[in-house]
Amino acid sequence: MDIHFTADQPSAEEKAAVDQELGAPETGWDGGQRHVASDGRVAFGGHDAGSHRHKLLPALHAVQEHIGWISPGAINYISQRLGLPPAEVYGVASFYQLFSLTKRPPVVAHVCEDIACMTRGSEEVCRKLENKLGPAGKPCMGGKAAWLRSPCLGLCERAPAALVSAAGKSPRERVLAPATADGIEELLREGIDGKLPAESDALSMKASIPQAGSANLVLLRRLGKSSATSLDEYRKSDGYEALRKAIEIGPEAVVREVIDSKLLGRGGAAFPTGKKWEALLNQRKRGRPHYVICNADESEPGTFKDRVVMEGDPFAVLEGMTIAALATGAKKGYIYLRGEYPFAAERLAHAISAARKAGLLGENILGRGLNFDIELRRGAGAYICGEETALFNSIEGYRGEPRNKPPFPTQAGLFRQPTSVNNVETLINVPEIIRMGGTAYAKIGTTNSAGYRLWCVCGHVARPGVYETPFGGTLRELIQMAGGVAGNGRLQAVLLGGAAGAFVTPKELDVPLTFEGTRAIGATLGSGVVMLFDDSVDLKKILLRIARFFRDETCGQCVPCRVGVVRQQETLERLIAQKPLGTTETEVRMLREMGQAMRDASICGLGQTASSALESALNRWSIFS
Amino acid sequence: MSDLAPKPLIPVPRGPVPEAPPPRKRAMVELTIDGQKVSVPEGSTILDAARQLGIDTPTLCFLETLAPVNVCRVCVVELEGSRVLVPACSRKAEPGMSIKTDSERVRLSRRMVLEFLASSVDVSTAPQFPGYAKRYGADPERFGSKAETVAQPPKIDNDLYVRDYSKCILCYKCVEACGVDAQNTFAIAVAGRGFDAHISTEFDTPLTNSACVYCGNCIGVCPTGALMFKSEYDMRQAGTWNESRQTKTDTICPYCGVGCVLTVHEQDGSIVKITSPLDQSVTHGNLCIKGRFGYRFVEVEKPRKK
Ligand SMILES: Cc1cc2nc3c(=O)[nH]c(=O)nc-3n(C[C@H](O)[C@H](O)[C@H](O)COP(=O)(O)O)c2cc1C
Ligand code: SF4
Ligand code: SF4
Ligand code: SF4
Ligand code: FES
Ligand code: FES
Repeated sequence: MDIHFTADQPSAEEKAAVDQELGAPETGWDGGQRHVASDGRVAFGGHDAGSHRHKLLPALHAVQEHIGWISPGAINYISQRLGLPPAEVYGVASFYQLFSLTKRPPVVAHVCEDIACMTRGSEEVCRKLENKLGPAGKPCMGGKAAWLRSPCLGLCERAPAALVSAAGKSPRERVLAPATADGIEELLREGIDGKLPAESDALSMKASIPQAGSANLVLLRRLGKSSATSLDEYRKSDGYEALRKAIEIGPEAVVREVIDSKLLGRGGAAFPTGKKWEALLNQRKRGRPHYVICNADESEPGTFKDRVVMEGDPFAVLEGMTIAALATGAKKGYIYLRGEYPFAAERLAHAISAARKAGLLGENILGRGLNFDIELRRGAGAYICGEETALFNSIEGYRGEPRNKPPFPTQAGLFRQPTSVNNVETLINVPEIIRMGGTAYAKIGTTNSAGYRLWCVCGHVARPGVYETPFGGTLRELIQMAGGVAGNGRLQAVLLGGAAGAFVTPKELDVPLTFEGTRAIGATLGSGVVMLFDDSVDLKKILLRIARFFRDETCGQCVPCRVGVVRQQETLERLIAQKPLGTTETEVRMLREMGQAMRDASICGLGQTASSALESALNRWSIFS
Repeated sequence: MSDLAPKPLIPVPRGPVPEAPPPRKRAMVELTIDGQKVSVPEGSTILDAARQLGIDTPTLCFLETLAPVNVCRVCVVELEGSRVLVPACSRKAEPGMSIKTDSERVRLSRRMVLEFLASSVDVSTAPQFPGYAKRYGADPERFGSKAETVAQPPKIDNDLYVRDYSKCILCYKCVEACGVDAQNTFAIAVAGRGFDAHISTEFDTPLTNSACVYCGNCIGVCPTGALMFKSEYDMRQAGTWNESRQTKTDTICPYCGVGCVLTVHEQDGSIVKITSPLDQSVTHGNLCIKGRFGYRFVEVEKPRKK
């Protein structure tokens, strides 16, 4: 392939940003000095020369973070460095919301206006920002900053939330939650003046985990108690005990324990984790590389548990992954972290390097012949990249479009090799299972929902935050644990499972929060979201915001979802404006038909669930009549 | 003297030419479609099997010469035991599958897909659409006149072909043809996301500024007329395009030794466009700029009317 470039040249700063990420170019072929004598007519690198595509997302990140936007010259340079066609690089860059392909001020505030923040004044914050700084997306403060409306930032327990990023030689990011318009303006000002502190934030664990320090906790027992940056402290509180034991008993026994534990994935699909690992273990003899991936893309509106865990107990995530690697025969693991989680990124990066230094990652782990290392990858603003096959494409440097299944990830996943994708919360259960034994773990909770679960309680609730319980309690009990209904105190609805989940009514509070219990009432646990709305909330507005979320986040690959989410939003808008085409009934029937086609014919879970919250509301209330 | 003669680089084989190994027998897979049993070679898709039974399955993003991307979802069928419908064009036949191709669920999804497309895209030059729409009773009007569309002005930035993306159903075929499935030029790719996803060069730079080599292979695979010969586009604009007055003649490209088969489309004594048959073993429908666009010399005697 002969790569064709437009005449646009990269600036020196853009080049430096890319080179800092990729290393200096070696020959004239990939953008360096041309030495006619040595490399004038020969391209070096052989097959390797075409295998750099997986570095694309980090390279794009580098330019965005250093310059604040990605210019045609920068796209050309990245293409040349990685041997990729510029049209494809542009196609990938334009897929992600955090990348700007038009000139944009270097300091940007992403202000959440999603459903949990809506219950805590985000509309007011945005209105004030409009008055102070002008409309969203337009340069403000002398053209040096801008503010943007954002989907859920995963900070719902401290809503309303905002994230400020300042591009430059040493890029800075900072979250502000709860946020005020004044606070956001001040941070923008600090960003412009280069005064944002280097460390991202030190979020108080107590604010995120109301139970912190309680003796009953298992998954959350270390959070807020032992330091998240100290490997010693982690080890002192049984850290890496499970890994030692896992190495002792060997891969087959580890898989056995996890199967016996009946652990089901906590990322939403509730697939048995042990089965997944067994599928990889069984392919060991075929000699293909295996991968384990920690899915930390957490972008489901209302979900923040994975963030809190990674910020407060990063070593537990690493230990869980290392046990997964032992069990599946993987030598390489990736953590795919949501782009909007700067603090978790810092904590994980620190933990990875500390673990490497202590011989807990890398070659010959614990001196026992286990080889495994972890690479941290940051997403760039795309909910769909949490879907496991879209995640593979994203890491590989393609657009984050889901793949059709089969083949399943355990057969052909990352780089088309057998891969196990596990959610953060799933992985931190693993050390507990190994320590106490699978059968003992299976006895916790109910028969079909074994073990512990983290809940993201938010919205109109007195003490929002991450809660841990063994499976089996009811929704009512959980709400009580969180201090009861806040707002005006009169509960109207609870959203279970996030935007892809379902609404339930106050009459359904006695539903057991188990996989089977929620299924029985046509709801889902999804990612563990429990979002409360008091009766002052206009549910129609919430439904419309959810519809808009899917419209913004669909990858656009398949027709039922790409167009369906738009028609769904349009129909809702007409119903809300009380200007139906035909009658309200024909409109509602149309919504049902669209929902059915999206559920039946879409490629991935996004399209398949994009109508579920809306339909659950239609099933429970006569909202539009 | 003889040892000074240059040795042949590849030794000349002696003796009888060995037999080619017998073609590997492909195992057969048996499945049931709409109550009928059918056997297809391993690796076949549900679509292959349905075609073998003479069941007509609508397709838009599928083409025999390209890797299936299964994005349009108009070919979905109901597979027993599957929670969701599956795309016939890409899903491999498995032993014992039981499939319905005309159930209520299938008909609803196909109708919705057609309504979604026809309400957002100009399908007036997409030949399959009217038939499909009739068959499934699609009524794209029901989303009202304010339904959002991809309408936009056509891109006319070169003399050879026009890109009118208001007619684009985003079937990915042109990207595949420009990329690894045929041309390996990668001038165009899918950019943006969601409803804003679209086919684009880098930063939407004009084709003349891009990697395009004007092979026209993208035009050859486009199912909607979004990509169109300039000659056809101009005639359609002028209202003179009339397929009933056209002839199609297969011939061999005069330019080089590859020997591509050309189908010459003629109307009123002038060549109006050139395609190549998909099932032609030399081209699989693909040509280069010369065969595709270099036909005017035939008409020197009789200059084209302005
Ligand atoms: C649109 C979409 C988004 C998803 N986002 C996430 C996510 O952010 N985190 C996650 O763990 N799983 C997410 N999933 C589920 C993953 O595809 C996958 O099932 C999960 O990571 C497997 O891990 P588990 O078995 O531990 O749950 C998402 C699925 C879909 C369809
Ligand atoms: S269902 Fe939606 S998000 Fe999933 S592949 Fe299709 S268009 Fe993309
Ligand atoms: S004419 Fe050929 S090179 Fe140009 S865009 Fe189409 S397929 Fe690509
Ligand atoms: S331009 Fe034509 S071939 Fe390309 S995606 Fe659109 S409809 Fe398909
Ligand atoms: S952070 Fe605003 S809704 Fe989650
Ligand atoms: S033809 Fe099968 S999905 Fe398009």
